[in-house]
Amino acid sequence: MSAVAPATVRPVEPATEVDPWVQPFARLESGALFPQQPAWVFPLRKAGLARFAELGLPTLAHEDWRFTNVAPLKGLPFAPTLAAPTQRLADGELDARPFARLPGDRLVFLDGHFVPGLSRVGTASGGGVVTSLAAAFRTHAGLLERHLTRYAHGSANPFTALNDAYFTDGALIHVPAGRVIEHPVQLVFVASGEEEGRAQHVRNLILAEAGSQFTVVEHYLGRGTATTVTNAVTEVVAADQVVMDHLKFQDESRAAYHFAAVHADLGRASQVNLHSFALGSRVSRHNIHTALNGEGLECVLNGLYLTDGDQLADHYMVVEHAQPHTASHEYFNGILEGRSRGVFHGRILVRPGAQKTDAKQTNKNLLLSDDATVNTKPQLEIYADDVKCTHGATVGQLPPEQIFYLRSRGLPLETARRMLIHAFAGEIIDRVRCAPLREELDRLVWDRLEQDTQIQVGPHA
Amino acid sequence: MNTTSILDIKNLHAGVAGKAILKGISLTIGPGEVHAVMGPNGSGKSTLAAVLAGREGYDITAGEARYLGQDLLELDPEERARAGLFLAFQYPVEIPGVNSTYFLKSALNEQRKHRGLPELDAIEFLKLVKEKIKLLDLNEDLLKRAVNVGFSGGEKKRNEIFQMAVLDPTLAVLDETDSGLDIDALRVVSEGVNKLKAPGKAQLVITHYQRLLNHIVPDYVHVLMEGRIVRSGGKELALELEERGYDWISRELQLAA
Repeated sequence: MSAVAPATVRPVEPATEVDPWVQPFARLESGALFPQQPAWVFPLRKAGLARFAELGLPTLAHEDWRFTNVAPLKGLPFAPTLAAPTQRLADGELDARPFARLPGDRLVFLDGHFVPGLSRVGTASGGGVVTSLAAAFRTHAGLLERHLTRYAHGSANPFTALNDAYFTDGALIHVPAGRVIEHPVQLVFVASGEEEGRAQHVRNLILAEAGSQFTVVEHYLGRGTATTVTNAVTEVVAADQVVMDHLKFQDESRAAYHFAAVHADLGRASQVNLHSFALGSRVSRHNIHTALNGEGLECVLNGLYLTDGDQLADHYMVVEHAQPHTASHEYFNGILEGRSRGVFHGRILVRPGAQKTDAKQTNKNLLLSDDATVNTKPQLEIYADDVKCTHGATVGQLPPEQIFYLRSRGLPLETARRMLIHAFAGEIIDRVRCAPLREELDRLVWDRLEQDTQIQVGPHA
Repeated sequence: MNTTSILDIKNLHAGVAGKAILKGISLTIGPGEVHAVMGPNGSGKSTLAAVLAGREGYDITAGEARYLGQDLLELDPEERARAGLFLAFQYPVEIPGVNSTYFLKSALNEQRKHRGLPELDAIEFLKLVKEKIKLLDLNEDLLKRAVNVGFSGGEKKRNEIFQMAVLDPTLAVLDETDSGLDIDALRVVSEGVNKLKAPGKAQLVITHYQRLLNHIVPDYVHVLMEGRIVRSGGKELALELEERGYDWISRELQLAA
């Protein structure tokens, strides 16, 4: 680990490199694809496209992308899923998938297009809005015009710019003041994975009015084996005293490229937890940007990545303390096997005047094979003088003294190892406030670890 | 060889990374006996405990240790535990994320399974825990926490003896269980250990100070210095050490040499 200079933003690719990514936009020019969208949307798309053309696809020379190589994308046809897919999701297709048994509202999308047949709405939101974005352009155009792209705007992330240009659908969630929604609102994004290069661009907007309490799950999964691209952007606005858990569960196919960004604008005395569970994809990159804009708020960024084979899981966080008396806690644990790689980039920015900031960042990594690697990079930029900022990172194997302690009580080596690995993941899972969700996550992660570690138990005796 | 003994150590040599620490230990412990091994810092006390429990990283260069007639040093740590050997750690390690109750129940059932006994269900286990925890005057809430996490030094040591009470070993090795305990905690821990004394079982108490032996009264006391047992005797040997210190024995040894 070393101190790192603030990241610089610069175009790193000549414009011709991005041509294949820009050309499909012509299909949007006619207006035939999204006839229902208000007139103000197209200029936003166009601005996004222009910004993408300017930023270019990131390369390893870019400070923010030093460890995550997206060059293989250039070898793929770029096929944004602008039109509704011809494939269908069968009625019971999601029944055996994670979280399927949790009650509550659920919106399902296939290749970035809403699937009404598998969705259920209005069962639990109690006067709030849970709807597809495409529908909301007709029903809640004013709300969207006030908020959409406002919080992710100006991002230096080229994928966010690309999402501005090409987003098809996603969710609008609007929870009225004081409303408590008992069951998690689920957003399920399925990549069909039947054609190389299909790129779904999904867009979500979550508006939490003062004092509301709820949980949102964004669940990304794939069903084919083709190399697909997901590019998701979620904007969250949490007003004063909102209590909210946002949980992203990414388990796409091992051939997928997954890019996502959450931009959260947090109000006074809010308690927002942003969770990221990264299990799938060949390459995944999750950006979380939080703007801590109200006194007395507490924000938790909590993540777990499990990788093996040649997977890469990259988390990139920017926590911006903009007001006094705000607290942020980042906890990211990685469990890595095979030749997989983990990347953690945690930037804490304390604005002038944001006194009494309390920022804590921890990144712990468990390497279960000799070939797995981790790049962890804290970055602190502090422009106030009365703050508490700490960061720590560890990379290592299971502690031998803990294994010995467990074995000395009669537990077999294999059980001891599993117990410790489970505990390591459990530290993160335990921070999910919604109990049924937490319990299911625990089972999911445990099952996955059991699958993955079978062949690993022997050589590490 | 005495087949009725619980532990039979003969001429045991062990070390770490080429450095000899134990230089020929012989010690026989019979059923119902309590033995104390005393010695100054660096004499090899903790190495003896570690080697008996099977901690990795030690080279056994000569000698043998038989436990209930079988070659102890051949066994993995978990096999030793299942055979009824227990080590109360000098520094019990914290294990974040592993719940104390879950851990202990798994350990007990693992041991029962290997002895052909039925596993205890949650209710039976809880009953056992409630009975044993009283011995140690330990707060039941501690068992809801992760193993040793957030425990005070004294609580950690009491938790070791509580685990010993639940697992009910044939041979308990107590490695400096008194270190870091105040006088009240020392009394509680000692009483717990004394209640676990039984005719078919044995205890090996390793300590630097005599004060523990005021509470856990040994049948035999052995003095360990520079990797050898240089003197053995009854409980009065401990009192003599308390009075005269370890130097006295060092000087006598030098004179004899």
